[in-house]
Amino acid sequence: MMPASFEYARAASVAEAIALLHKHGADAKLLAGGHSLVPMMKLRLARPSVLIDIGRLRELAGIKHEGGRFTIGALTTHAALAASKELEKRAPALWDAANQLGDPQVRNRGTIGGACAHADPSADYPAVMLALDARLHVEGQKGKREIPADKFFVGTFETALGDGDILTAISFADAPNSAYAKFHSPASHYAVVGVAVSLTLKSGAIAASRLAVTGVGDIAFRATAAEKALIGGKADDAEAGRRACSGMASGVEVRGDTFASGDYRKAMTEVFAARAIRIALKRA
Amino acid sequence: MAFTTMVGARIKRREDPRLITGRATYVDDVKLVGMLHAAFVRSPYAHAKIGNIDTAAAKKHPGVAGVFTAKDMQGKGMAPGLPVAPQIEGLVSPDHFPLTTDEVNCLGEGVAVVVATDPYVARDAAELVKVSYTPLPVVVDLEKAAAGAPYVHDHVKTNIAFSMPFVSGDVDGAFKAADVVVKERIVNQRLLPSAIEPRACIGSWDRGMGTMTLWSSTQIPHILRTQLALTLSVPETKMRVIAPEVGGGFGSKLNVYADEAIVCWLSRALGKPVKYVETRTENHHQTTHGRDQIQFVEVAAKKDGTVLGLRVKILANMGAYHQVLTPAIPTLTVLMLSGPYAIKNIAYDLQAVFTNTMSTDAYRGAGRPEATFLLERAMDLLARELKLDPAEVRRKNFIPSSAFPYTTATGLTYDTGDYPKTLDKVLELSDYKGLRAQQKSLREQGRYLGIGVSTYVEVCGFGPSMALPAPGWESATIRVEPTGSVTVMTGTSPHGQGEETTFAQIVGDRLGVPIESVNVVHGDTDRVQYGVGIFGSRGTAVGGAALWLAIDSIQEKAKLFAAHAWEANPADVEWREGKMWVRGDDSRSMTIGEVAFAAFRADKLPPGVEPFLDATRRFEPANFVYPFGAHICVVEVDKETGDVKLVKYFAVDDCGKVINPMIVDGQLHGGIAQGIGQALFEEAVYDEDGQLLTGTFMNYAVPHAEQMIDFELARTVTPTDVNPLGVKGIGEAGTIGSTPAVANAVIDALAPFGVKHLDMPLKPEKVWKAMQRTGDGKP
Repeated sequence: MMPASFEYARAASVAEAIALLHKHGADAKLLAGGHSLVPMMKLRLARPSVLIDIGRLRELAGIKHEGGRFTIGALTTHAALAASKELEKRAPALWDAANQLGDPQVRNRGTIGGACAHADPSADYPAVMLALDARLHVEGQKGKREIPADKFFVGTFETALGDGDILTAISFADAPNSAYAKFHSPASHYAVVGVAVSLTLKSGAIAASRLAVTGVGDIAFRATAAEKALIGGKADDAEAGRRACSGMASGVEVRGDTFASGDYRKAMTEVFAARAIRIALKRA
Repeated sequence: MAFTTMVGARIKRREDPRLITGRATYVDDVKLVGMLHAAFVRSPYAHAKIGNIDTAAAKKHPGVAGVFTAKDMQGKGMAPGLPVAPQIEGLVSPDHFPLTTDEVNCLGEGVAVVVATDPYVARDAAELVKVSYTPLPVVVDLEKAAAGAPYVHDHVKTNIAFSMPFVSGDVDGAFKAADVVVKERIVNQRLLPSAIEPRACIGSWDRGMGTMTLWSSTQIPHILRTQLALTLSVPETKMRVIAPEVGGGFGSKLNVYADEAIVCWLSRALGKPVKYVETRTENHHQTTHGRDQIQFVEVAAKKDGTVLGLRVKILANMGAYHQVLTPAIPTLTVLMLSGPYAIKNIAYDLQAVFTNTMSTDAYRGAGRPEATFLLERAMDLLARELKLDPAEVRRKNFIPSSAFPYTTATGLTYDTGDYPKTLDKVLELSDYKGLRAQQKSLREQGRYLGIGVSTYVEVCGFGPSMALPAPGWESATIRVEPTGSVTVMTGTSPHGQGEETTFAQIVGDRLGVPIESVNVVHGDTDRVQYGVGIFGSRGTAVGGAALWLAIDSIQEKAKLFAAHAWEANPADVEWREGKMWVRGDDSRSMTIGEVAFAAFRADKLPPGVEPFLDATRRFEPANFVYPFGAHICVVEVDKETGDVKLVKYFAVDDCGKVINPMIVDGQLHGGIAQGIGQALFEEAVYDEDGQLLTGTFMNYAVPHAEQMIDFELARTVTPTDVNPLGVKGIGEAGTIGSTPAVANAVIDALAPFGVKHLDMPLKPEKVWKAMQRTGDGKP
């Protein structure tokens, strides 16, 4: 596989990366783990003329937990997330997703920031970000800002990041009653259906919920009707999720491919939503 | 046969350290001085007329050494077409020039080739070649293509490459006499062989010597040399083919490919070596595919399960062109239609069909998996219809163990076999009765366990030359060097089969040397005497037999030297425990090393004996060999998703004598995994326009390690008398046995939903839909 020719620049700091992005404009792409971008370049589906390698900006890697909130550096690998006991205990939806993402090689190289910025409609993290109500920390020419997940994922391979913006970190509050359930393609290991859920329990009942789906539409989305239907459900009611999720994908424009048709994806969305909810409730 | 210590031992493969530490040399690792790189301009259409090809911009691109089309090659040292081996009556063989001349007939066909200083520049320049295409009607569907227009090759006015009708016995009578007839339409889907190393080749013309050297990732270096000498008008004495390390083939490198001829032609035209390494997508598009048949089967049987007759119609997809063995593959399917069963009355009608797709050809099993799958599905359909146990229906129809050699209704003669023995053993190993009880109790809990049985016999060890479209013999040279180490040159070309180990075991045992001092050389036509190559599970059954004969010759010659030294009668010298002794005298012995030095030094030659200790022998088998076995697969189907989970896998195989049980296990592991791949995951899908929707590993699902489970293997040993080792092939048996075992297991799991047959691959959606048939999903 032979990518088209491109220039390569390695940034020594976030500021330098921003300056390089500014200099090269829309022709430039940031390179982190390279596990989404490089395959597309090899197929010549992506042809950036400049790659700005931020892979060695170690200040962008790492998992911090403070005051009930996680801040995860954009260059943190899937493998590091999958190995985090803190994450497993306090925000298991992301831990679930990191553990089910790709294969060991992909998990060792690929990064959370790269995956979120790539915004593949079958990627795992967008659903998790939506369910965790994450904030995506961005630095650009005009300084720093935070974008809520609900506004970050705009479309297929499209985010709210502007030219010259770098995703530096992701933060979210503890979500101990969260889970991610995935039906993966046996070929690509991408999500055929992936459902992330985060539940807030009060007195043995669901007080608040966020439920998000990936792999099904042209973008990860929240299933707001099902979120509402979950409220008040008893934590010990094994069928609560199934009832609330019935028909949840009915209005969605669903993709189909050689592995799974649109109708099947719809049906599986309900199944995997119910599974995610069951797991999240068990974590109570 | 005096096997002693090494043969039969679980010795680790000597090949593996270099392979797993990255020290092996594949074609792409070979770098020659001044080497150029080729990239192909490939058709984005499955069927189109070619108009103008504008190469001007590409030729001007910096670093480009040349851009060539068919017109540049026609009549200039390139034969008019690539070779097709089988001589089948009435075979339609469309022209197949290495680059397309005026029409493309499948996606990815080469239209032009660009040569440049590096592969990236070549690829960039290939994008600058402007080709004007006029799309033509495309036919991809096998049944539509068989029915008539549009034609893949308009000038032949048919899509039928050949028809082969056959009747043996009284088939109509059998169907009239039957208590029951079961019928099914079975699709054996198209697969991508997916060797881990894509194909690669380097052509290198030596202007001074007038010699052509081709490095290629091939299974058949000598056959390739002969064919390319003809194709390129190079004297065969000046043509050399080297197959360095080859990263798997599975039949897909058993061919003469357009690019192999083209890199040689380009090297001669440009005076520099030219390398071509296909991309994975090119491998999916333009390296041969496997399987792709639609089978219509009817079985006539008695109430007790005895099969009286079989009627089969097969449509076999050839693709757009014949590669070397394309038309031969489905003929193996029809030859094996009796399987391990005594079916006297068989009728078949085989129709080979052109479509606008890549050529099919050999792929692990090559025709036999299609036959076994058809029969094993038919046995299950019959068992279901008659409410009999599937294992017992098979047992009822087995060829009796006393009936060997057994001539089938299709004209093959099975060498040896004991089919009830493998079935009994797998039933015991799997606790079949216990599994059935477990299945029953789990069904009551709403869990769906499926148990699939498959019994098979396969034809391999290719094979008698008179029964093949190519030579079927094999060669071996043994040279005992003056220092006593042993060089083996095998005409086979191992690429994962482990012959560097097994052949050394055989030599080590019979000549009394440690395997470390045996070097097995292969894959270079200038180093190794002519050989046929590795395919059809023939490496040990034919190549090993040639080696055996060569050892016989070495032993006989060595005896002459020993007898001369001892002033004994050669007839009194015997080989025992890896040495020579005078019979009845334990006081004196001589090693092969001692003889080798004496034969080299030649100062005390026995009268009439030539110096040096070496021998070349060839083995022409009198028959194929027929390994067999019985597999049982246990799966659980997820009621909510249709996902199939492998629970247990048991295989009892009989490949005759075993040289290295670890290598046989390894061949079975890989084979079973590949067979599971066909049953559950793999499917090459073309859309109606002839675009391949599974052009990368993102959408073509080969089995992954995490999807596999431990396979529980056991064997029975029924030696063959076809070769002096008593061995049968085991390279393909796992694939042949496993696919139906898995499919039968899934369909068995779905029995409560009234499902009798589903086509592969048994993807979750298909299984899930089958479970929705009763409306509320309840059985």
